[in-house]
Amino acid sequence: MDFSLNEDIQFLKRNIREFVKNEVDPFAMEIEEKDEIPHKIIAMSKEMGLFGLSIPEEYGGLGIGMVGKCALYEEVGKTHNGYTTLIGAHTGIGTVGIVDMGNEEQKKKYLPAMARGEKIGAFALTEPSAGSHATNLKTTAVRQGDKFILNGSKHYITNATVADVFTVMAITNPEKGAKGITSFIVEKDFPGFKVGAVEKKMGLKGSQSAELFFEDCEVPIENVLGEEGQGYVNALKILANGRAGLAARNLGSCQKLIDMSMEFVEERKQFNVPIIEHQAVAHMLAEMAMDTEALRSFTYRVAWMVDQGQKVIKEAAMLKLFGSEVYQRVADKAVQVHGGIGYISEYPIERYFRDARITRIYEGTSEIQKNIISGQLRKEYKK
Amino acid sequence: MDLIVIMKRTFDTEDRISIKNGLIDEEEAEFIINPYDEYAIEEAILLREKHGGEVKVVTVGDEEAEKELRTALAMGADKAVLIDTEDVDVELDHFSIAEILTSYLKTQDFDMILGGNLAIDDGSGQVAPRVARKLDINLVTTITKIEVEGDKVTIERDVEGDVETVETTLPVLVTCQQGLNEPRYPSLPGIMKAKKKPLETIDYDDLDLEEEDIQAKSKSVELYLPPERTAGRVLKGDMEEQAKELVELLKTKSKVL
Repeated sequence: MDFSLNEDIQFLKRNIREFVKNEVDPFAMEIEEKDEIPHKIIAMSKEMGLFGLSIPEEYGGLGIGMVGKCALYEEVGKTHNGYTTLIGAHTGIGTVGIVDMGNEEQKKKYLPAMARGEKIGAFALTEPSAGSHATNLKTTAVRQGDKFILNGSKHYITNATVADVFTVMAITNPEKGAKGITSFIVEKDFPGFKVGAVEKKMGLKGSQSAELFFEDCEVPIENVLGEEGQGYVNALKILANGRAGLAARNLGSCQKLIDMSMEFVEERKQFNVPIIEHQAVAHMLAEMAMDTEALRSFTYRVAWMVDQGQKVIKEAAMLKLFGSEVYQRVADKAVQVHGGIGYISEYPIERYFRDARITRIYEGTSEIQKNIISGQLRKEYKK
Repeated sequence: MDLIVIMKRTFDTEDRISIKNGLIDEEEAEFIINPYDEYAIEEAILLREKHGGEVKVVTVGDEEAEKELRTALAMGADKAVLIDTEDVDVELDHFSIAEILTSYLKTQDFDMILGGNLAIDDGSGQVAPRVARKLDINLVTTITKIEVEGDKVTIERDVEGDVETVETTLPVLVTCQQGLNEPRYPSLPGIMKAKKKPLETIDYDDLDLEEEDIQAKSKSVELYLPPERTAGRVLKGDMEEQAKELVELLKTKSKVL
């Protein structure tokens, strides 16, 4: 298997690396304090075409494969994770539904503007009663003439306050359970749609999540995404597609933590020597590097499988689980290596530690991933 | 408007630099477009966006410089030209590069040539003025603002911190100073499109030049890194003693008094 990246991807990667280092990193403290990404950064990201990362070329996006996308996500993952999540949620779960399940008219209508970042995407599945139990939705959609009328609410919706286009799951047939769920493209200006207040979180500052409210919200029938009754399957596909990208973002954060830790341990002296010369510290770095390298191999292997058109339900679940657990371990060791300064908010390490925690919860908890993995295993061994 | 940018590939002075056998170790160094030349590329693109026309970026070097030319194309330049000097057997200096560029530019149509104020590697700032002189066209250096109206060009230039306004006419060669603009990052779709844009390689001996015409006029005697900064010295004693010692040191050691 060839793990080398072609020249285009290397060029794109270099460009994003420079961009996040020069234009996003310096604003990390401001993002933490204001819980908002500065407009200038978003405008520059649009100019650069970052919002079109996962959109096909014919709709104005980059048109690159999963290996390429992961290589770029790795760079985006090196900077403030709130920014990373804004980009990641838009280019991942916020747009892939329309890319993969949208009809030609929907693609033409939404994707070019989403590739330019003029319209930002979000994905709305989770409800107060439907977290890991994702089929237990209460939001309903009732057909009335050439419209569906949506009623209910969603919460923890990433990008809610900045998004223009939402992929929303709602029940169209309560008797059919998971097969009675349909996905819709909802625009923020549709009558009866409202976004709630920004939810205060432990980390991921700047990535604003909020509740969504549907009060007799009118959605034209042409905005049904995919087949009626296929909403749950669509949601699972969208989430599975996002998993390699999420792991790649975590990989970037792990690499950044190693970079910062290596610089620190060579400079910081205790007992008259750089602390890397103390074996207990050196071994923590060795473990961080080993975990990160394993994540790198796994990420690009799954991405490669996706590009080959292989089925990756089990592998993507493993990768999502592994990537978030590695990120948590690496962030924990980075704090330990840094000691007191690793716990101080003026220094970035503690921020990565807080931001790492959510990756074991969102887009399918670690426990749900284990259910998927073991479920797939049982299927394989029953054959 | 036909705009030509003369560009230099340099090592990144923000990166670690080491010297091997009396030369910069190119394997260790990171290479970039000279930052002042980035202002030139950006300004050329802005002028094209306003007045139409074409932006061509030219460099003298070997095929390694294709990477920087591709970056310029990804930023938005229309064409790139590499004048390949890999097979040149004589030493080259600023004079030589200016001769080579002039020889090429004489065959081209242009309204304006843009270059950097200087290159961050050797900081000499010689090539662009030499080219203007050789082509016998107007030259304005260290520009921080430029407006074009018909043939008339109004320029603000940085003169040691003050601003001088100059009026001139096309064709003109300008060298760009910090503050002129904020160079854009190549857009991701721009990078994908850059590989489809024309990048022409010209061998230096396709130009009307002989090796003796471009033989360097200067000689590099020695190349060394700046001395490592040593730790500062803290003066001791009461205020009066310290002040006395400081004055003494300023006279004898740093010789500023």
